Amino acid sequence: MKLDASELIALLKGDSQADKVVPPSGYTATLTLFTSAAMAFLAVFALALSLATGRLADRWASELARSSTVRISAPAGQMEAQTRAALEVLRTTTGVASAKALSQEEQRKLLEPWFGPDLPIENLPVPQLIEVIEDASGYDSDGLRLRLSAEAPGAVLDDHTRWRKPLIRAADRLRFLGVLSIFLITLATGAMITLAANAALSANAQVISVLRLVGAHDAYIARAFVRRFTLRALSGALIGVVAGMLAVAFLPGTSEAGGFLTGLGFQGWHWLLPFVIPPLAALVAFWATRTAALRRLKELT
Amino acid sequence: MDWRRSIFLIVVAIETFSILMHNCLQFVKKGQYVIELQNVAYNYGGGALLSDISLKLAPGSFHFLTGPSGAGKSTFLKLCYMELAATSGRVQVFGKDVAAMGRDEIARNRQRIGVVHQDCRFLDHLSISANVALPIRVSGRDASAEEANLKDLLSWVGLEDRADALPAELSGGERQRAALARAVIMSPDVVLADEPTGNVDWEMSKRLISLLVELNKMGKTIMIATHDLNLIRTAKSQVNARVLRISNRQLQLAGADL
Repeated sequence: MKLDASELIALLKGDSQADKVVPPSGYTATLTLFTSAAMAFLAVFALALSLATGRLADRWASELARSSTVRISAPAGQMEAQTRAALEVLRTTTGVASAKALSQEEQRKLLEPWFGPDLPIENLPVPQLIEVIEDASGYDSDGLRLRLSAEAPGAVLDDHTRWRKPLIRAADRLRFLGVLSIFLITLATGAMITLAANAALSANAQVISVLRLVGAHDAYIARAFVRRFTLRALSGALIGVVAGMLAVAFLPGTSEAGGFLTGLGFQGWHWLLPFVIPPLAALVAFWATRTAALRRLKELT
Repeated sequence: MDWRRSIFLIVVAIETFSILMHNCLQFVKKGQYVIELQNVAYNYGGGALLSDISLKLAPGSFHFLTGPSGAGKSTFLKLCYMELAATSGRVQVFGKDVAAMGRDEIARNRQRIGVVHQDCRFLDHLSISANVALPIRVSGRDASAEEANLKDLLSWVGLEDRADALPAELSGGERQRAALARAVIMSPDVVLADEPTGNVDWEMSKRLISLLVELNKMGKTIMIATHDLNLIRTAKSQVNARVLRISNRQLQLAGADL
């Protein structure tokens, strides 16, 4: 790796001498440039996706964690008393910022999507809901459950863990998929550059044998190809990243209700992250071409 | 009178000693062959092409290599410039066993061996002067520092006017001379030529041979593979050349029959 680093530096400093001994190649160069640009473009989106899902998971985790619900199912006669008892328990619980029993009107609104607006809610054994908002420190849900069951046997505490966990798991999985995509894009770039480099090495077999004949070292011959592909990958990726970032920047703005979609994009210093892609592409191209060239040269005498 | 006798004896002793030392050094020097093959065999996939070949190329020697086409002249030369590895036996170049050399060491030693091919093997997209300077370029030396050297060399082979031409624009004879110039630009110890006159007319062949003879007189070891007996006769009138013949997979020293 030390050798690689010094060679990479020599490469960036520029040795156009070695470059010229290999004939210029027209359309394969364009193809490499194009693939590198396309891959970088995709990588920008994968990066945006993983960052956005990361933020989403954090948001869901914090928002849902701060609210919970107490549901009271009791015979009609005891409902009022149990609700009051539960509210009393909640008021004296540390970590609960506020607790509010939903009015009939509010409960009807919640059920409206399922039963329509004319539901005679008063005549139905609908449980009473209490909305609980935590403060920053949070409460001990097991302790609260015990106290509620003592004071209001019909009360069931739902701290939304049931809901939150799968949502966060989904968001985490999405983030993982985004990272995996970046990884796959990197591998695919390496594979494509290896193929392109092998094609170039085959096309220039004659050149290589002449260079070998006049006493060129493997490193010299490899450098001629490596420099080319590294620069192509670097410039292609730069184009792709700029295009990708423009596309992300000009995503149509959605309202807060857009939820997930609003989040897709970069925020703050994250805008700098895509600029890691071109050097990464160059590094991949450098490594892929060098490996391909040295492997190919070893087969010659 | 005794002291004169003693001085005389001492002088004689010193002289004898120095002559002995000199001979000794000469022997040591001669012991370093440029290329040495010991019981070398080479097999292509099918069967043996060369077998049990032994040869020592002394510095400054001039050899011709003949034999029917397909006898293995090119293969023999490739063994000498390390493009092929012997199937068995030992090849030593500049006193070192080729089998023990790494790829970079082979490359370094190739810079001391000039090779002229029948088909020249140029880089077709580079000018003649760039092609001739290629060995300098790949050795990492500064080609611009050797500008004067390159110019001299191109005029030596009579190509100073064609320096900027591409290889494809040159005639067969011009290409061969350019190939010779490329072979000697690094001032190698050995020049190996594989049918250098294969594609050129008689006048040009004579010219190429006289260039190679000139190199030999400058101390280079020369080996030329050719099936052109006229060429060998012409060269023999100018230089003390030995003729090797490959036939039946063996290398023999051809006698005075030429």
